[in-house]
Amino acid sequence: MSDTSTFMPVLLWTDALVFLLVGVLCLFAWSCWRSENLRRGWARVAASGIGMGSAVVLALFVAIGLLDSLHFRPALDKPGEGGKVAYSVDVLSVLDVLVAPLRERRERTYSAPLAAVAFQKETIERPDGTQAREFPRLRHGGAHLADPADAPADIAWRAAAGLLAGLVAAAAFCALWIGLLALSRRSSLRVTLADVLHGTSGGANWRAFLLTASVLLVLAAPIAVLSMQYHVLGTSKIGQSVLYLSLKSIRTSLVIGTLTTLVLMPFAVLLGIAAGYFKGWVDDLIQYVYTTIESIPSVLLIAAGVLLIQVYMETRPGLFETSAQRADFRLLMLCVILGLANWTGLCRLLRGEALKLRELEYVQAAHAFGVSHWRIIVRHLAPNMLHIVLISAVMGFSGLVLAEAVLSYVGVGVDPSMISFGTMINDARLEMAREPMVWWSLMAAFGFMLALVLAANLFADVVRDAFDPRSTVRRAGFRIGPARMPDRAGGSA
Amino acid sequence: MSERPDGGTGGAGVRQDGTAPLLEVEGLRTWIHGGNSVVRAVDSVTLELVRGETLALLGESGCGKSMTALSIMRLLPDAAEVVGGSVRLDGEDLLDLPEHAMRAVRGARIGMIFQEPMLSLNPVMRVGLQVEEALHRHRRMSGTAARARALELLQAVGIPDAVRRLDEYPFQLSGGMRQRVMIALALACDPELLVGDEPTTALDVTIQAQVLDLLRDLQRSRGMAMLLITHDLGVVARTAQRVAVMYAGEIVEVAGVDTFLRGPAHPYSRKLFDSLPERGSRDAPLAVIRGSVPALDGRFDGCRFAERCDHAFEPCRTSLPPLVDLADGQRVRCHLHAASGRPSAAGALDPPSQAVPAAAGAASSVAPAVGPFGPATTPATERTPAAPAAPLLVVRDLQVHFPLRGGLLRRPRGAVRAVDGVSLELAPGRTLALVGESGCGKTTVGKSLLRLVEPTGGCVEFEGRDLRGLGRSLLRPLRARMQIVFQDPYASLNPRIRVGDALDEGMRSLRPEWNAAERRRRIERLLEQVGLPAEAGNRFPHQFSGGQRQRVAIARALSVEPRLVVCDEPTSALDVSVQAQILNLLRSLQQQMGLAYLFITHNLGVVDVVADEIAVMYLGRIVERGPVRTVLDAPAHPYTRALLSAVPRLDRDDAPAEARIAGDPPSPIDPPAGCHFRQRCPLALSACAQQYPAPVALPDGRVVACHLHGPGAGTHLAAGPADRR
Repeated sequence: MSDTSTFMPVLLWTDALVFLLVGVLCLFAWSCWRSENLRRGWARVAASGIGMGSAVVLALFVAIGLLDSLHFRPALDKPGEGGKVAYSVDVLSVLDVLVAPLRERRERTYSAPLAAVAFQKETIERPDGTQAREFPRLRHGGAHLADPADAPADIAWRAAAGLLAGLVAAAAFCALWIGLLALSRRSSLRVTLADVLHGTSGGANWRAFLLTASVLLVLAAPIAVLSMQYHVLGTSKIGQSVLYLSLKSIRTSLVIGTLTTLVLMPFAVLLGIAAGYFKGWVDDLIQYVYTTIESIPSVLLIAAGVLLIQVYMETRPGLFETSAQRADFRLLMLCVILGLANWTGLCRLLRGEALKLRELEYVQAAHAFGVSHWRIIVRHLAPNMLHIVLISAVMGFSGLVLAEAVLSYVGVGVDPSMISFGTMINDARLEMAREPMVWWSLMAAFGFMLALVLAANLFADVVRDAFDPRSTVRRAGFRIGPARMPDRAGGSA
Repeated sequence: MSERPDGGTGGAGVRQDGTAPLLEVEGLRTWIHGGNSVVRAVDSVTLELVRGETLALLGESGCGKSMTALSIMRLLPDAAEVVGGSVRLDGEDLLDLPEHAMRAVRGARIGMIFQEPMLSLNPVMRVGLQVEEALHRHRRMSGTAARARALELLQAVGIPDAVRRLDEYPFQLSGGMRQRVMIALALACDPELLVGDEPTTALDVTIQAQVLDLLRDLQRSRGMAMLLITHDLGVVARTAQRVAVMYAGEIVEVAGVDTFLRGPAHPYSRKLFDSLPERGSRDAPLAVIRGSVPALDGRFDGCRFAERCDHAFEPCRTSLPPLVDLADGQRVRCHLHAASGRPSAAGALDPPSQAVPAAAGAASSVAPAVGPFGPATTPATERTPAAPAAPLLVVRDLQVHFPLRGGLLRRPRGAVRAVDGVSLELAPGRTLALVGESGCGKTTVGKSLLRLVEPTGGCVEFEGRDLRGLGRSLLRPLRARMQIVFQDPYASLNPRIRVGDALDEGMRSLRPEWNAAERRRRIERLLEQVGLPAEAGNRFPHQFSGGQRQRVAIARALSVEPRLVVCDEPTSALDVSVQAQILNLLRSLQQQMGLAYLFITHNLGVVDVVADEIAVMYLGRIVERGPVRTVLDAPAHPYTRALLSAVPRLDRDDAPAEARIAGDPPSPIDPPAGCHFRQRCPLALSACAQQYPAPVALPDGRVVACHLHGPGAGTHLAAGPADRR
């Protein structure tokens, strides 16, 4: 091969935005570290057991999503014209490579979880030439077995081995972590261990962290071991592993949940603050706009938007090199449309807050100093609204993940070729009436979405509790020592 | 007050009359559990209260008075708990009662009045029903009987037109009316004990006078015991028979009110008196208590006040002071008195070995004859009269109307006439006090001068330049010449911006000629000027106490070197000892930098200390304006007189009843025709209803808007209030 490169990196639009978002989050984390208020808030999140546990689950999902966002096109074995390396039209991700066995070992059609034979009887030709109607063996699921009837014993044995491996891995992970913790604190291993076990370590709740991580490891190991020989969650209509589909859906959900927030944020923040701060006709105009948008059923609005995009893409077939790029563009547009339909709630909240803050005396003092409107908004208003933005972004995430599922189910969601929880559910819908029922696609989508959304919701709750000033700051008011509290803080500082 | 039940001594624990006390609090300790520490908010408090007696619990914010009351009522917040002691009501220990039995005690045997009437009444329930609910709960009354009783109660607390008020909602009532309803609620079941937690702090001074009179009359006629929590010495003098002073969670002094007012024994009590802004302190700096209340999360080895006490000597730091009995039932927790072997309350105030000159001064400044506005005052030294310089600020006929919009197209339907024709003049380096009750428009005047609120009419001239119609950019150079200090030190600093950056912001905007190094140098000097350490610039506002924050706010206003500072109630959110610090600071800054102050306040005591001239506002207009001494000594307008007489005084000399005004201020949306004050005015004439009186300049240099002083009212002048004093 003349050219050494065996793949061509592909940067899809959503990939770019996802990594931009990661960059923004890193910046945000850095600014959190510098700002005492925010650091205290996050410290409260870390100190909460639920917060730490849900953060671990979310981190796992995010890691999968990020791996799935590194796209490339592998080189084809035979060079194309002019000796140049030709690249496959399939766009793969790093995740695809990591779970290649899942992706590549396809069956012909449905098979139940952990099955060694197909789901339906077929007429097959025996070696002796007779025909029989029976459950055919799967191409990959349990293919190593001499007799499919041995499957349960084999599964049990492998699961036990996996479980053991998981336990060992979990123990090793915990030991490693506690060792690192002890090292960073310069305390003895025993003290650190006792601290973690009793949850008395101060700071972050490492007990919840290690517990969740261990549970995840112990669960994941048997699945990993079993999926070498079986389809743990069965296969879909076209024989794809449902586990693979579920893993791929995670990225779609995360992209929808986060990029939509990214899209709606500028609208909500700028318009909300402008409406509350300037009042008068600016306020009237913005209020009329969002009241109008809110009175249109959002599904209708989204359907109209998606159809518009569809027509646009169909009339320009040369726009995209690969089908993945095409599907990705539609995903991006879906995020934009969802964002445009969803900014009103946050905007309303921020308008109210801006109305309140603009009357505060420190804003008035800034006016008295002739500080410009823009500087007042950036320095005095926006930082004091950050907690609202943060809380509503985290809480909105789970709503958007669910919205994607509903929209794809209705048919105005992501591209049909794109794997998402919504398309999984949509595909499974018709098979619900079948006897015996094909339940695994639906259950897998349900289970993964439940885990993701529940973790996000729990995390959002903890974030809200940690940042909501009403739950943390006891502001001066009644005669019970308001002025003294800051004194004490000052004394210790 | 000759009606004192026990002849005015009111000694605790040494009662000769032998009556068993109604309420006995013994060794009460209440702790608040914080994040990592425990705050000992109430530490071994012992109190006694007999029937028919009013005990005032006096102290600054954070000293545990409210916690004591809430512990007695067992209404503590979740984080707090009573860890020791007993609370006995008629011999029965309330702390042992199960919650359901306690519910029967609350409301029926102990009534409670809170500070904020708006927060303690249910906003979606008619007031009559709220009273009836209490009657139903404790007296099993319902239907017409309950309604009749509710009506009777509302009448008893002096609510006019009570039949109609029964069916109104709290928002339809004014603040004073709401507090009366709250009192009616507390009295519904004839409680033996009434606990009032700062019941008049949120009210205006004229309304406060009404409510205090009401409480005192009710307490006398019903023979109730009353525990009155307050931070205001004037309220104590006006209502209480005995007083208990709290400091840092414990009681430092108990005495009969007369004894206490004559000679407070504890150094802390005496400091409280000294820091009151009064006439005597006009030219000397006010006494201040240095430092702040100690944190209550540790144990104390010595006296809690030792760090801030001028008389502290060796044992104060090493051993806990005992409660010493003095004469007249006065008890004090102080080593000075323990060591000197029971001296009499009036004389022994000094540590045995040291002579303390402050003691004599303290005693004389609270001598009964010298009230804040006593008539018999020498024409004390006015501040050096300024040369007749050109006025710095001239305001003519200033109007600020806020339109009320209604209907689909939001057309203006009327206007709130917050400021309706105000004229002022202020010379450089002088102080003009703008006085009035809440809602009279005084803050709006201050803000409209700085164009934080757009004036709708009139003319403002600053340094000879007309500010009318100047846009945001044209106004900017002038903003460096006039600045503002706000009321609430908690709201006036952005919690997310370091103090240094907050000071920097104004200079960067208005003094672009100063570079970064220059600004840094100035920030350091400003912090030093207002008495804060230089490293304060790196801290966030929440790391400061209220008084320190107000210092920061003052430094911020001064950062651009203004000539005029509008001080909008700069001390009303602060404790009295801190208020003295801030007033001293403002005065010394004025002398150093030649500042002119427009000092907006509702506190007439403060006016007397800081102001050269005074303007009294009522419902958007100035009713009287003139040199401060002239106006306060012999007020010409009936409203000024009423305002002065409503201030609770330390000399316990009841103001003539006719000077008290009844009722609430009318609404600025629809002011009464003619003189705005006529409906509340005891001296109203027929002319008052016809037209608003034109301002008249009197020969002594003041301007009054009153028909009593009008050109055509010469005959009334003889009976005018100025002469009736």
